[in-house]
Amino acid sequence: MQVSINGKSHELAGADPDMPLLWALRDLVGLVGTKYGCGVAQCGACTVWLDDVPIRSCQMPLGAIKDRAVTTIEGLAGDILHPVQEAWIAHDVAQCGYCQAGQIMSAAALLKSNPNPSSEAIEGAMAGNICRCGTYSRIVAAIQTASTRLQGLSFYEVGHDTTESQFDGKVSV
Amino acid sequence: MSTGAVHGLKRRDFIRYSSFGLALGSGGISVVATAKTSAPANLLNPYVVIHDDGRIVIAAPNPDVGQGVNTALPMIVAEELDADWKAVEVILAPIDANRFGAQFAGGSLSVRNRWNELRQMGAAAREMILRSAAQQWGVPRVELTTQPSMVLHPPSGRSASFAEFVAAATEQPVPADGEVVLKARSDYRLLGQRIVNAAASDIVRGRPIFGIDVSVPEMLYATYVKCPQIGGVPKTANLAEVKGLAGILDAFIIAGDAGPPSFDLSKSIHVAGGVAIVASNTWAAIKARRTLKVEWDISSASTDDSAAIEAKALKAAERATGEREVKNSGDPEAAFANAKRVLSSVYATDFISHAQLEPQSCVAHTTATAVEVWTSSQTPGYAQATLAKLFELPAEAITVHQVRGGGGFGRRLSNEYVREAAVISKHMGKPVKLQWMREDDMAFDFYRSPAYFGLQAALSESGELTGWRNHVVSVSSDGEEANYGAGYRGYNFPDDVIPNVHISQTMLASKTPTGAWRAPISNVYAFAEQSFLHELAEAAGQEHREFLMAALGEDKWFKPDDLASLNTVRAREVIAAVTRAAGWGRGLPEGRGLGLGFFFSHAGHVAEVAEVSVNADKQVTVHEVWVAADLGQIVNLSGAENQFQGSVVDGVSALADQRISIRSGAIEQTNFHQYPLLRLPQSPKINVEFLASDYPPSGAGEPALPPVAPAICNAVYAACGERIRSLPISRAGFQVV
Ligand code: FES
Ligand code: FES
Repeated sequence: MQVSINGKSHELAGADPDMPLLWALRDLVGLVGTKYGCGVAQCGACTVWLDDVPIRSCQMPLGAIKDRAVTTIEGLAGDILHPVQEAWIAHDVAQCGYCQAGQIMSAAALLKSNPNPSSEAIEGAMAGNICRCGTYSRIVAAIQTASTRLQGLSFYEVGHDTTESQFDGKVSV
Repeated sequence: MSTGAVHGLKRRDFIRYSSFGLALGSGGISVVATAKTSAPANLLNPYVVIHDDGRIVIAAPNPDVGQGVNTALPMIVAEELDADWKAVEVILAPIDANRFGAQFAGGSLSVRNRWNELRQMGAAAREMILRSAAQQWGVPRVELTTQPSMVLHPPSGRSASFAEFVAAATEQPVPADGEVVLKARSDYRLLGQRIVNAAASDIVRGRPIFGIDVSVPEMLYATYVKCPQIGGVPKTANLAEVKGLAGILDAFIIAGDAGPPSFDLSKSIHVAGGVAIVASNTWAAIKARRTLKVEWDISSASTDDSAAIEAKALKAAERATGEREVKNSGDPEAAFANAKRVLSSVYATDFISHAQLEPQSCVAHTTATAVEVWTSSQTPGYAQATLAKLFELPAEAITVHQVRGGGGFGRRLSNEYVREAAVISKHMGKPVKLQWMREDDMAFDFYRSPAYFGLQAALSESGELTGWRNHVVSVSSDGEEANYGAGYRGYNFPDDVIPNVHISQTMLASKTPTGAWRAPISNVYAFAEQSFLHELAEAAGQEHREFLMAALGEDKWFKPDDLASLNTVRAREVIAAVTRAAGWGRGLPEGRGLGLGFFFSHAGHVAEVAEVSVNADKQVTVHEVWVAADLGQIVNLSGAENQFQGSVVDGVSALADQRISIRSGAIEQTNFHQYPLLRLPQSPKINVEFLASDYPPSGAGEPALPPVAPAICNAVYAACGERIRSLPISRAGFQVV
């Protein structure tokens, strides 16, 4: 079985077509940024993109992926971090960090389809991602910052709540 | 030590750090640290390594399960070292009591316990660098000073990087305590600032830093199926059928210990009986559970029924005194006999689960002579000790690597899943990753004990609070000793403040395992006491804030110099601050209300105000929460604030609709659809204010949690006139929207 992940084709020879993409990523491909939280589409920790649409990888059997392209948290950044990732650092969003790959994938997908989301749109897009540590207010602030950035405004014009000295705005990978 | 390198970590790096005593876990933090430089390293003390190229590596001693100590603790070292934080790399310290003392995450104690030690370590390393610089430059030591990562000689204007002197500094004798002068607070460059979590960069990239991400060569994948009726053990299972499934390498019964486990962290070597399924990947193991059929022996299993426990408890709590007296001060009999008014209320809280987002996992490699584990345990020292006992090996034969955990909240204080992984690995003769399913996590937690409070208060003619009785009914494994998290806490408001007080307990027998859940004990006491105090204020016809201020009595620090004791001056200050910030007393539209809660726990004085609205369908919107706290010196402002914001969300989450119910010894909830966690749209706006404070720092992980429930329930009362006396509030028909 061939699966395209982060722009690279992976041969998953002999893999069980029932295997959820989540476990294939983690155990077969070695991309463990995508997390297991519930296995029943409740928490969003396993969020990845299938052709730019955020999905719960714990619910996506390998056999159903076909020729759609998978993007995981490891594939989100190019040469520099995605603005959502940058904003996540600038706002010091994470506590334990376990939910954050899923949060970031949901947020980046939202901004891709709606670069200037309203509060309601943010709530709607992020309601499927649980943060047990309760970082929600920082998640909202980070999305707003990333949105501003994506619309071409300077990162620093919007202000953020962590020391700028800790963050040069261009974290290279 | 296993011979294999940890996933993502080069063997060369591993050896390099091991030789300096800084063996690494599997964390991406450490991977980053080792990737950044290959310059020779100089070990100044167990916490500080400075490379010849100026990079400074600081070891984070305690487990980080989201409470931010991998940032806060190294910051304390860096402050006294006067390190340039941008040049600091944080690595996870090895678990080694000889070098790092007690390494655990609990009780909001990491910062409080290590404050002096870590400042001393940083200052001693700085002193060694300065002494070397003095020798090298031929100038008196007293003429030298530092700027971040630089040594300065003001008389000559000379300056150089720490790196110039570190090799020679390692030869310096370690300065004794008292030979170094710690910084004055006014000279702090780092402490109190907003510093980004040391793991942030790894987290946003999805780097392999969590327990679940650990992978070692030849590792197999296991799941472990236990009896839903807690404490049952397997009799037989269709093992042959399971072994025949694709990807399954083995399936076997672990006889284990019959009966429920105890929360005896330092001693328990309990391994629950069950069936291990070992596979070539996690999914194959999970899928095989569908085929597995087990016949259980339930003769020693729990037969708990939470509805029956509750019925008994509510009946018992109607009495204002219980079986065992815990405190009797003043003359409560007389106070109640002479009271103008006596009020009684019963408050109730359910069992709840931790539901940390990362389900338990552990990688273990057990051989005949050694055990090596990678775990996100909050008590890695106990993991080591209990593994040694279980396998009858010397402590040196057990290696525990700490790995970042995806949430803790007290769940990772127990190490039963570590023992399970080690036992499975021994059977297989290979390293094994044991992965618990979410359903396992919910079915086999150490739950927060339920607690029921029979509260009674005496009010004088003038509405003064003159007497207080609290009969606490909770659970006990043996029917006598309170389970962990079900007991009485000392240094209490109002118990220590009111003149005539009687506190007693009644313990109901229960076999369901219970343990510490964020701000244990405090989280239920706060709800009951602070709600009841609001009831009393109403009954006395007094404004709540003024009533609370008066009830706090005289200005007093109950045990001066003990941060863990109540200080009524600090208490009043946070109440004043939070009510100021929230605009306490302002007019609100119909259906809206403000509520106040104060609590002192984990050495933190915290007051909170919630603004809610309640509609005719009893839907509660929590609009905004204000928090004011005195935590002493703030270490990392961003981290502490994040903990406080999270505590408020956690508090709302728990009070909304979280409850664990038990039938015939088995937990009824299985996953988040039956045990809801608060989601972003329900999350309130949160304002946090830390008061400027001359006290030493105390921890930020827990003390903001207890006041949340009373603040919200008092606000609901203000909004709609209905008093909530049970948690979760869904039990009284309320719904958080
Ligand atoms: S693991 Fe997929 S939604 Fe929770
Ligand atoms: S940061 Fe811990 S679950 Fe979100």
